[in-house]
Parts: sequence; structure tokens; C-alpha cells
Amino acid sequence: MTERIIFYILAFIMIVFSLMSVTSTKIIRSAIYLLGVLMATAGLYFLFNLNFLGAIQLTVYAGGIMVLIVIAILLTHHVGFGLPVPDKKHMILGWLAAMIGITISFFQFTTHTFKPKIGNLDDRVSKMGADMLHYGDGGFVLPFEVISILLLAGIIAAITIAKGGIPHLKKRLKSGQPTTVSSSTKKQ
Amino acid sequence: METGIQIGDVLLVTSIMFFIGVYGFVTRKNLIAVLMSLEIIINAAAINFVLINKLVFTTNLHGVFFTFFILAVAAVEVAIGLVIILNLYRLKDSIDPEEITTLKH
Repeated sequence: MTERIIFYILAFIMIVFSLMSVTSTKIIRSAIYLLGVLMATAGLYFLFNLNFLGAIQLTVYAGGIMVLIVIAILLTHHVGFGLPVPDKKHMILGWLAAMIGITISFFQFTTHTFKPKIGNLDDRVSKMGADMLHYGDGGFVLPFEVISILLLAGIIAAITIAKGGIPHLKKRLKSGQPTTVSSSTKKQ
Repeated sequence: METGIQIGDVLLVTSIMFFIGVYGFVTRKNLIAVLMSLEIIINAAAINFVLINKLVFTTNLHGVFFTFFILAVAAVEVAIGLVIILNLYRLKDSIDPEEITTLKH
């Protein structure tokens, strides 16, 4: 019973904060509401006894990604920057799309009968670590390695894009010349 | 543990979150705000993976592992996305998605 009450509180926090995050007109507040959503999600993982996943959610999402987003906001806007309210047409169409989607998925999972729980889940952290580096049946060592290469590629791409010859490109854009890669490399 | 929490409740909450994210994605006029709506969508999908693993298919931990990989991919995606947005801001002094048409010409 207690778990149920905590689950409903967390669900309420998640829904209300995500609603405020997409409708708030101050961009920095919108980011803070998003932080609330992510932390409530971590709370949900802790509630379901997945402590390792909750800790990852807190450090990677609520820690790392939110810091990146807040820094990007501070680099591109004034602190009190107000987002424009979307015009009526877009708002109505957006709510319509969301309502249709919620209705369809609601009918789908109320009419579908889920199988009763099978087996007992071994969710110890040691089991997770062993499975992550296991190369036999049910092991995840290949995606684990692919993710490490993806992270390396991400770092290199971020450095390359951030360095880019922007002042040069900007001058070219202002003077109305084409900005293709071939023309800029030819000049160099 | 987790007595009394039905899978239907979980699916209702995450689908509401998912479509709130979709609403933000189609109505926002700022690239960083669009990226934040995308985070809500990814988060809702990740919760579904974990809780269906925990409440319905409890023979192995595949849903939890998928959530690990979703988290890593989301981190990379946000980092690259924000770098591209900052670069566009330096180039065009604006991050309104309707003004960013550099690749069109």
C-alpha cells in the first residue's frame, strides 16, 4: 500500500512537471522543471529496488545532461529570456495530436491482457555487472563495447564541430557567397 | 516489494508523459526547448522498458540493460545537439528552428 501511494505521488510529480516544462514561458524554469521530471524518474527506479539504475539516472541525466542544457541556455539567452507563446493554431493541433495518441495507446493497453508475472527477477548489481560483460547467451558485451565507441565518436564530433571555422563561414555568409565545404577549402 | 502497482497505471503515466513531450516537440519555437521535450519523450520510453521488465517479463534483465544503453545514447545525443545549437547561434545569432535554413541553399 505504501509503495502504491509513493508511486502515485511520483507519477503526479512527473506528469505535472513535464506539463510545466513544455508550457513554461521562461526557458530556465523549463529546464528546472525537466530536472524535477528526471529526479522523480530516479525516485521511481529506487522504488522498484533498482538502486544502480536510479544512481545512473541521477548522475548521468539529472547531473550531466541538465548541466549541459543549463550551460547552453546561459550561453545563448539572457537569464530571464521569455519563450514566445505558440500561436493558437499550433497549440490546438499539438493538443489534438497528443490527445489522439493518448487515447489510442490507452485503448491498446486496457484491451490487452498482460501475462501474469513469470519467474523471479534477480536484480542484484553483481548479476547486472556479470551479464553486462558476459559474451555467451543473454550477455551484453557487444552493445557495451559499441556504446564505448559511440561515446568516443561523440567526444570527437563535439570537439570538431565546436572548433569549426565559424568566423570565416560567418563572413562568407554575410557577403552572400556560397558556404559549401568545397569553396571554403579551395580558398585555404 | 512493489505490491499493488499495476502495469496499466505505469503505462498510463508514461504514455501521458510521452505525448506531453510530443506536444512540446511540435509547438516549441526554440531549439533548446525542443531538445528538452525530446528528453521527456526518451525518459518516458526508458521507464516503460524498466517497469515492463520488472512487472511482466521477469525472467531476465534485458529491459534494464536497454535502459542503460538508452541513457548512454541520450547523453551523446544531447552533447552533440547542444554543440550544433551553440555553433548555429554563433553563425546566425538565433536558435529559432524556422530561421535555420543554412543547409537549404
